[in-house]
Amino acid sequence: MSQVEIRSKKPVKSKNNRGGDTKAALLLLPSFLLVCVFVYVFIAYTVGVSLAKNWMPGMPDMSQGKNPFGTYEALFQNPRFQSDLRNSLIFTILFLLATVIAGFFIALAVHNMGRSKGFFRSVFLLPYALSFIVTGTVWRWLFNPDSGVNLFLKYSGVADMYHNLTGQVLRPEWLTSADTVGDVSVLLAKIIPGGDFIQIQLGIPLALIPVVIATSWQLLGFAMAMFLAGLVSIPDELREASMMDGATGPRYYRSIALPMLAPVAITTLVILTHVALKIFDLIYAMSGSGIGFSTDMPGIFVFESMYKALKYNTGAAASIVMLVIVSIIVVPYLIRSNRETKGH
Amino acid sequence: MSIDTTQPVRVKASKSLQARFGARSRRVQFILLCILVPIFVMPFYVMIMAAFKTPQFADVTTMWLPPSPFSIDGISEAWTKLAPNFLNSFLIVIPSVALSSALGSFNGYLLSKFTFRFSNVMFTMMLVGMFIPYQSILIPLVKFLQITQLYGTIPGLVFVHVIYGIPITTLIFRNFYVGIPKEIVEAASIDGAGILKTFFSVIIPVSIPGFVVAGIFQFTNIWNDFLFGIVTISNSALQPVTVALNNLAGTQTVNWNVLMAGALIAAVPTAVAYLGLGRYFVEGLTAGSVK
Repeated sequence: MSQVEIRSKKPVKSKNNRGGDTKAALLLLPSFLLVCVFVYVFIAYTVGVSLAKNWMPGMPDMSQGKNPFGTYEALFQNPRFQSDLRNSLIFTILFLLATVIAGFFIALAVHNMGRSKGFFRSVFLLPYALSFIVTGTVWRWLFNPDSGVNLFLKYSGVADMYHNLTGQVLRPEWLTSADTVGDVSVLLAKIIPGGDFIQIQLGIPLALIPVVIATSWQLLGFAMAMFLAGLVSIPDELREASMMDGATGPRYYRSIALPMLAPVAITTLVILTHVALKIFDLIYAMSGSGIGFSTDMPGIFVFESMYKALKYNTGAAASIVMLVIVSIIVVPYLIRSNRETKGH
Repeated sequence: MSIDTTQPVRVKASKSLQARFGARSRRVQFILLCILVPIFVMPFYVMIMAAFKTPQFADVTTMWLPPSPFSIDGISEAWTKLAPNFLNSFLIVIPSVALSSALGSFNGYLLSKFTFRFSNVMFTMMLVGMFIPYQSILIPLVKFLQITQLYGTIPGLVFVHVIYGIPITTLIFRNFYVGIPKEIVEAASIDGAGILKTFFSVIIPVSIPGFVVAGIFQFTNIWNDFLFGIVTISNSALQPVTVALNNLAGTQTVNWNVLMAGALIAAVPTAVAYLGLGRYFVEGLTAGSVK
């Protein structure tokens, strides 16, 4: 149908108005300009603040000092911001692994269900409808060392078993842990010239684990729904045909379902990555910055720099760093999908 | 037309498929899912159980036990604290959803039914707006709201949600209208209807499902917002419920069960909307991700 459409309409269109529908373009303009001002002009303003010497809301002075990039230099030397970048990276990787893998396998299983499909889908997607603040508030108590998960370990006998095996008491500190595992900063300081610039432990802060669990709990349903939509779009005929050729079970998934799910997987990865890089509310409500900034994130840093410490240029600079990192992931994806729609 | 002929065949095929395609592995998957469900709903269990406990039995060390005696004191205490903010959230969400959906539907119509130069570039530039970390526009945003006297007011926050809702609603409606045949727009234009008249008389009447999808999606997005709420409104009496819940959590004197009751209260509207209109929610979710 679409082919017929293109053939019959193209010549008429190009004869009538070469630039396309100017009127439609003009009608889109108000929304477009609003978004441009509130996104692009505002970002430019924030860049200005980050380069300014001393911008304050009461005295919006955009004049720059001797070194306009001084704020950025100080920012990257700030141990707290170094922790934030480390936490953001580790959080994003662990969160993506947990969420995409679990979401994928749950989607496969749910897709195979008959009558119970709707029920399972609803259950796994329900947390997605909640506010990050609600999730953070509830999970904060589940990972309190005196209650929640630790009580569960105690009553289920896991804690006793651990005690018998190792002679140690199993009482993870979860969010209140200040430990970092797999620290490579000493090693790095030796390898990279000037590596002593890094003032933090480059490992996995244990306190990030509960945060990853809570975030995955909330967003796993999103990954599942995306993969389910992808699975539904695979024609049944293809499954039939592959079965007739003897490709059943794992073979079918490996050679047919997986390649067909690749576009959905990319979309899911991009969206979840940008959510992870921007994460703010959930961690703000669940653990805040954590002990020794073990769960601090760039989003929290920006918020607190601006509205607690009133260091606007520091906050602005950190927010621009966030923006650049998110853009590296999102912009190529948007340009690619833009090109695809054009091709149709 | 083609849908009618293939439908019965497809149903038959999938039935025979279900019967033959690994019945045993399906049963194993079913059992695994059944094991996962209780683990998954655990936070809901804790939240609801705690909300119905009396203050003296709301000890975190007995978190897993069901309430005994059963009490709504926690709920009513949380309600007295959160009710004004709960109402604020509705005052913020309803106009924001209505306006941003209306704008999104108009933009989506323009982008899907007309071809004009730079339409793809304009669309992509607008979409960037839904991916940016909002932290990077907060300083000028607050300044703008102060200049326009909208700072600290509910209409101001509505304005913010409408503006930053334009990209996502435009995307949802554009994808929705792509599925509606161009012919009906052309038929209207042959009848002499202009762009606007076609929109109101032809497009809007067929857009109800699109409005449900965009509406429920934006409802959850805006209800769950925290950052814009806390930054643009400093008066706690006007703040949305998410900000109030977070303030409550930071208060030392509040009992744990009251906090869980508060979380429950803040979660109910979106959970109800989701359970009632889940199908559309999923559509918004998948449509809201650039295809």
